[in-house]
Amino acid sequence: MNIKESYVTKVIRTLREHQFMFEELVKRDFKQKYKRTVLGMAWSVLSPLLTLLVMRVVFTRFFGRDTPHYTTYLFAGNLMFSYFRESTNGGMQSLMSNASIFTKINVPKYMFLLSKNVSAVINFGLTLIVFFVFVAIDRVSFKPTMFAIIFPIITMSIFNIGVGMILSALFVFFRDTQYLYDVFLTLLTYLSAIFYTIDRFPAKIQRVFLLNPVFCNIKYIRVVVIDGNLPSPMFHLLLLAYAVTALTIGGLIYKKFNTQFLYYV
Amino acid sequence: MAYAIKAENVSIRYMTGDFKDIGLKEYVLRRLTHNYNVHEFWADKGVTFELQPGDMLGIIGANGAGKSTLLKAVSGIMIPTEGWVDVKGRIAALLELASGFDNDLTVRENAYLRGALLGYTREFMNERYDDIIEFAELQDFQERRFKQLSSGMKSRLAFSIACLVEPDILILDEVLSVGDGAFRKKSENKMRNILASGVTAILVSHTIGQVRDMSNKVLWLDKGKQICFSEEVELVCDAYEEFLATKKVPHSWEDIEQLAEDFTVRQEKKRAEKAKTEQQKLVEKLRKTNANVAKAAIEEYLREAEEEAETE
Repeated sequence: MNIKESYVTKVIRTLREHQFMFEELVKRDFKQKYKRTVLGMAWSVLSPLLTLLVMRVVFTRFFGRDTPHYTTYLFAGNLMFSYFRESTNGGMQSLMSNASIFTKINVPKYMFLLSKNVSAVINFGLTLIVFFVFVAIDRVSFKPTMFAIIFPIITMSIFNIGVGMILSALFVFFRDTQYLYDVFLTLLTYLSAIFYTIDRFPAKIQRVFLLNPVFCNIKYIRVVVIDGNLPSPMFHLLLLAYAVTALTIGGLIYKKFNTQFLYYV
Repeated sequence: MAYAIKAENVSIRYMTGDFKDIGLKEYVLRRLTHNYNVHEFWADKGVTFELQPGDMLGIIGANGAGKSTLLKAVSGIMIPTEGWVDVKGRIAALLELASGFDNDLTVRENAYLRGALLGYTREFMNERYDDIIEFAELQDFQERRFKQLSSGMKSRLAFSIACLVEPDILILDEVLSVGDGAFRKKSENKMRNILASGVTAILVSHTIGQVRDMSNKVLWLDKGKQICFSEEVELVCDAYEEFLATKKVPHSWEDIEQLAEDFTVRQEKKRAEKAKTEQQKLVEKLRKTNANVAKAAIEEYLREAEEEAETE
């Protein structure tokens, strides 16, 4: 534990030392992403809304009837899943797309990943605002438990960074990671109960769903926003465990392969 | 004496073979069928040298000798597979400068980004930005996208940002040949100024004259192996030029001396030959002049004879 803490403080110290670099990288990623277009920013909110609309129209017939606040239910799933997808996809590319920099200049490599994640977080934040607008439109009454939404946001973000680290390293070594991950994401979409409820499955299978970290984070949001309950302490621990595990594995991979990435790019 | 850079038995290994292009699926399959082959390749093998503060080391060697890889190890980008490098002081490495810029950003944005990556502070960049642009002669292009710039302009900007530092140790990899003639002269002057301020420097150059000119120590690499590390720059450079001509790889210091001697002999011969051809040319010219003089004299004589005949 002691070693790990010192590792964390080391990362924080490097971040402070490299604050200027980090800011410039974030700026660059942002400009790259939106290409200075007027629609750029708006589009990143519009596109999940479109997905939401299509799902709402198509799936209400099948799942909407006995799910209270189905729009909010759908949106919560989409919100978290697209955050996960965007953040990990961006993270995956972060090493390869900056290869020409870190093969020439000695910089901490996780900076690229973190800066990529910042733009994903900002996008997520915007969508989150729209989410609450929809919550109001959907006539979900306000509950104090809604503030707890911050918890899954934090665990999800940490989890995303960890997964991004793992993927970016894999992507350096194996160029088909991108395609494999695409397939994996499609499968995960269906396994994350975004547009259906898992109530109809037998209890045993319902427990299997808990093995999916993305689903767990989605579920947390649904519970605090729609049901107005606070999940059990065990559930909090589960989310935390997923986040810390992913980050630890990612961190270890970066530590181990830190000096080897440049042989492969 | 305290050293600025010390490299002890540095070896760097690259792995080549199957893994890079085959992808994860194929990798797993080949692993399962024991069909997975990797070969190792030593870019550097057992390189040892030591520099005192203020030294200027020239690294020479043909393409693929392991020069750039060695520089990456010194600048901390790579960790040696074996051995170690210890560097005392702030290091600035000017390696293949023009890459790593972003094509969609403007000149100003790229300048700040590069400055940040090189470890400058924002205050420093604010202060020096105008100087950078002025030195790179890009005043009229500051808000242009990078992709609209010529490659010469890009390297000029890269050079201008990189040489602003006041490092203790400077690493130059073929960077003295940036831009057009005028800029090259300017950048060379700039480099000389920095070098004169007493930094320790490592220079990789294919222009052997530059190494003779600027270095006080020389390291000769061939296919990753260290041929020699010496303070006798002229001697080693002589030997190296002989090696380039004959492809004879020296294996000992005697070999190098022999090569250098051969080179001197060859130079002598060349000079003698040159002198000889000069001489021949001169003789030819003389002969021609003589012939011309004779011809003129004959013509003169003939004309006079003609005149005489006319008067008679």
